[in-house]
Amino acid sequence: MADQQFESVITDEMKALIGVKGPETVSELTTTSVRMFARSVGYVDPAFYDEAVAQERGFRSLPAPPGYLGTPIYNPADSDPTFGGRRGGGGFRSPYPLVLNGGTDIEYTGEQICAGDTLTSATALASLNERWSGALGVPMLIQVSETTYTNQNGKVVAISRGTGISYPAPGG
Amino acid sequence: MSDAVPDQIYFEDIEVGDSIPELEKNPTSQQLVQWAAGSGDFYQIHYDTSYAQDTGLDDIIVHGALKHAFLGELLWRFAGPEGQVKRVQCSYRGMDPAAQGRESAQEKKFTLRGTVTRKYTEGERNIVELNIEGVRADGSVSTPGQGVVVLPSRG
Repeated sequence: MADQQFESVITDEMKALIGVKGPETVSELTTTSVRMFARSVGYVDPAFYDEAVAQERGFRSLPAPPGYLGTPIYNPADSDPTFGGRRGGGGFRSPYPLVLNGGTDIEYTGEQICAGDTLTSATALASLNERWSGALGVPMLIQVSETTYTNQNGKVVAISRGTGISYPAPGG
Repeated sequence: MSDAVPDQIYFEDIEVGDSIPELEKNPTSQQLVQWAAGSGDFYQIHYDTSYAQDTGLDDIIVHGALKHAFLGELLWRFAGPEGQVKRVQCSYRGMDPAAQGRESAQEKKFTLRGTVTRKYTEGERNIVELNIEGVRADGSVSTPGQGVVVLPSRG
């Protein structure tokens, strides 16, 4: 079946952002923030709640559950109220207003990530593609962003690749 | 809770093709709000039905990153207290609803599964790769992916 025809919204200016790292974001992990994240997933492993258990298991403090890479430090006066702090592929902004999450890929280097850590991250747009969504009946812009997280000792702890899908309002 | 920390499994005990213990989740609107606070993602499509419908969705949906974190918990439990989660990757191929109002959370059951696809040793690390997936109550897979864990050796 042939794809529905639609006009590309990818410009040369957007393509020029591929590979360019955006500004750094500083995120912190605290015992409270680790516990809040762990509770919200539903973990019952005491290593996320009890520092003595975490230390017996070889962690410096409460370990970050998979998927938790700190909470950005920001003042709401100069941040996005939806996601807080800076997000997305460097300086890239989609021309479409609505956003869905297409996928997440987090690779850990093996360095511990624990409460008390401060992670500095920078995001670069890795790729841009477009396709027609039969389900929503609109074109979609698919952006992959790569974010590198470095701890307070200068060690890379994780690399995250996020796929963002943006699209215009259906029927709009 | 007796299974808060599952028994340690060792590299030698794993074979390619093995299924790992499943993890069942029952996402509710309450959990999505809790996740919003825990993760810092306050996008309204996850807790505001009319906002979600204005964007073309049928109703509020489970956060993609929460499904990723569920898969992370599946791997955390599999790796055990001496293991390590090295990678969690997944694609969000479809929307997953959350139980609301008087709906039973069981109706919105979301099951996490994994199957071992490869095991090998790299230096001193015993690495296990898996296909992982998030499965809806009707059996369809909305969230396929891959995981990598490091397991301890009996040796």
